[in-house]
Amino acid sequence: MDILRIATAGSVDDGKSTLIGRLLYETKSITKDKIEALESASKRKGLDFLDLSLLTDGLIAEREQGITIDVANIYFSTPQRKYIIADTPGHFEYTRNMVTGASNTKVSMILIDARNGVLEQTFRHFFIASMLRIPKVIVCVNKMDLVGYSEERFNAIKSDIQAIADKVSFDGQEVTFIPMSSLYGQNLSIKSTEMPWFGGNSLLEELEQFDSQFEIVNLKPARFPVQFVVRPKTEEFHDYRGYAGKIASGTFSVGEEITVLPTGQSSKIATIEKFGTQLQTAGAKESVVITLETDVDVSRGNMLVKANNQPNQLKEITARICWMDSQALVSGRTYILQHGINDSKAKIISLNSKIDVVNQETIESGISELKLNEIGEITLKTAKPIFADKYEDNPANGAFILVDDQTNSTVGVGFVL
Amino acid sequence: MNSNTPKHGYFPRELEDEAIYIMREVAAQFEKPALLFSGGKDSITLVRLAQKAFYPGKIPFPLVHVDTGHNFPETIEFRDWLAKETGAELIVRYVQDSINQGKAKEETGKYASRNVLQTVTLLDAIEEFKFDACIGGARRDEEKARAKERIFSVRDDFGQWDAKRQRPELFDMLNGRIAIGENVRVFPISNWTELDVWNYIKEEKMAIPSIYYSHKRQVIERDGMLWADSEHLNKDADEIPFEATVRFRTVGDMTCTAAVASEAVELDDIIGEILSAEISERGARIDDKRSEAAMEKRKQQGYF
Repeated sequence: MDILRIATAGSVDDGKSTLIGRLLYETKSITKDKIEALESASKRKGLDFLDLSLLTDGLIAEREQGITIDVANIYFSTPQRKYIIADTPGHFEYTRNMVTGASNTKVSMILIDARNGVLEQTFRHFFIASMLRIPKVIVCVNKMDLVGYSEERFNAIKSDIQAIADKVSFDGQEVTFIPMSSLYGQNLSIKSTEMPWFGGNSLLEELEQFDSQFEIVNLKPARFPVQFVVRPKTEEFHDYRGYAGKIASGTFSVGEEITVLPTGQSSKIATIEKFGTQLQTAGAKESVVITLETDVDVSRGNMLVKANNQPNQLKEITARICWMDSQALVSGRTYILQHGINDSKAKIISLNSKIDVVNQETIESGISELKLNEIGEITLKTAKPIFADKYEDNPANGAFILVDDQTNSTVGVGFVL
Repeated sequence: MNSNTPKHGYFPRELEDEAIYIMREVAAQFEKPALLFSGGKDSITLVRLAQKAFYPGKIPFPLVHVDTGHNFPETIEFRDWLAKETGAELIVRYVQDSINQGKAKEETGKYASRNVLQTVTLLDAIEEFKFDACIGGARRDEEKARAKERIFSVRDDFGQWDAKRQRPELFDMLNGRIAIGENVRVFPISNWTELDVWNYIKEEKMAIPSIYYSHKRQVIERDGMLWADSEHLNKDADEIPFEATVRFRTVGDMTCTAAVASEAVELDDIIGEILSAEISERGARIDDKRSEAAMEKRKQQGYF
């Protein structure tokens, strides 16, 4: 059974929470006591309908203000797969939250209010989905009930958005449009009765049919970041040295020749283990323990790779960066760069450009800082080598975070160019 | 969940890989981690994951149990057995001691429980042992305030959670850097649902306390729920205990966990029940029903 991770994004009041609530309701993922709690909460708010947005807006401040503050994770299952929705708010700290929610996801669901059509935020949604290289975008044109379920209206919005997609999508990204009314359950889990003119899938059908292409990450170069060295020092396992980690990308098999980064030492894989079970081969995302045939020096933060396919050992990195802290990024400052489980001090040596996401323009002169929710390009140098691939080539090994060494906060995310 | 879904035995293995990865990050990033053990199925799952993460080495951190004194005896028995079985170090601290020291005050009335009080004992234990990371079995599907919790959740000196100050978590990169006095609560099974936990228990053939299975027990009925009768429960005169065939779907204190009528004697029966259940898991948690924001408020105060 696989897991499909979805990011949802929308602007204020386009009915995203209602859509998710409805999806849970229609897949029988909410129970009677939760519905009862909703009924009484809806009544307290003076509403005469079931306010499904109360399902996801969990924090006190959110319910008081009727808004969504933070990324919420919501779960539902069908016989086919388990779904995890990262629901991101559509207003303040928008970019930061959407990037956070969308990292790891395979599908980005973008909500459009059929009355309003394309908004400034729509550009941002598409840009972020492309920057993160999310393979599938589903544009949910919601609130169709308020435009008389008009096919004409839907087609107009579709062509507006297609124009944006044509500019920012990457090769291989799939964009699908669905007209919907989440309030009335039109095209949620079953096909709409009000929009017979629409020949496509309902939202749930579209999700169920999506090929998550999990195996693609297995075809990428093999990267094994060493998290932890297992040394039991018991009588039974006296000389045992195992390297524990989660394979970032590619596959590893017993007997294969590997190279340890950064030392460059070579060895062969003796065993691949999972709680005592011996595997012949292990693939991406699997947490395993690898033992080597010879004694080589390996510690946390090192990376095992195949001798014939090594990543760059970078000490100077140019990357696209999304800034997530209220204190702006400035050139010359030092941060901690964390790439997977490896980290190093890093100094920003130049702030090359800033991207005006809405107008899709790159600003190259007169940039002194990168503020919260801004996206730009930087060059930095690290104290230790980082074993990264270009994000575009191998996303699983191409992103890093920046941490403020004074506040310890995660302040930015970078994508290696 | 869809009630006609043949999902028995389906556990997404990716969840285990992710949880083991998190366990290893805890061991690598922190100096004094601990696994908070309640005796419930979620923390038993954590112990299993910790065993797997470091095998053939031993679990490199202690199991810490805050004993409220109102635990089910079956839970305590199981806890001691599991610690022995895994060779893990077990540390127990008692709410009764916090009460005796005047740090916590026993609640009164018929809804009195020690659930809120255990936060005091937990924070004291964190201070006593200087734990910088505490692993817990909370899941995001349990409750809506939990749905916004991070995997690494930074708490201040007072153990407080501030929803607005949470660090963004990108991809699988976990940032556990903290200042002195702060600590991190870690939730390796954040992305598991109740059904995932049961399917895992089944696939792994894990032992669980007997009270999860159907048994006969003296109960009273209150607010439409079955409450286990015990010396700790303050009963009204008209609340007469009677015998019923029940099991527990979630295991907390005897005073704040309701039983459900059940004939489930095997894991498959339990999974079948969950698939067709109309009540959510925490619907059997009396502590959550106190108010709509009960969980968020407790978390702000340092609750798990």
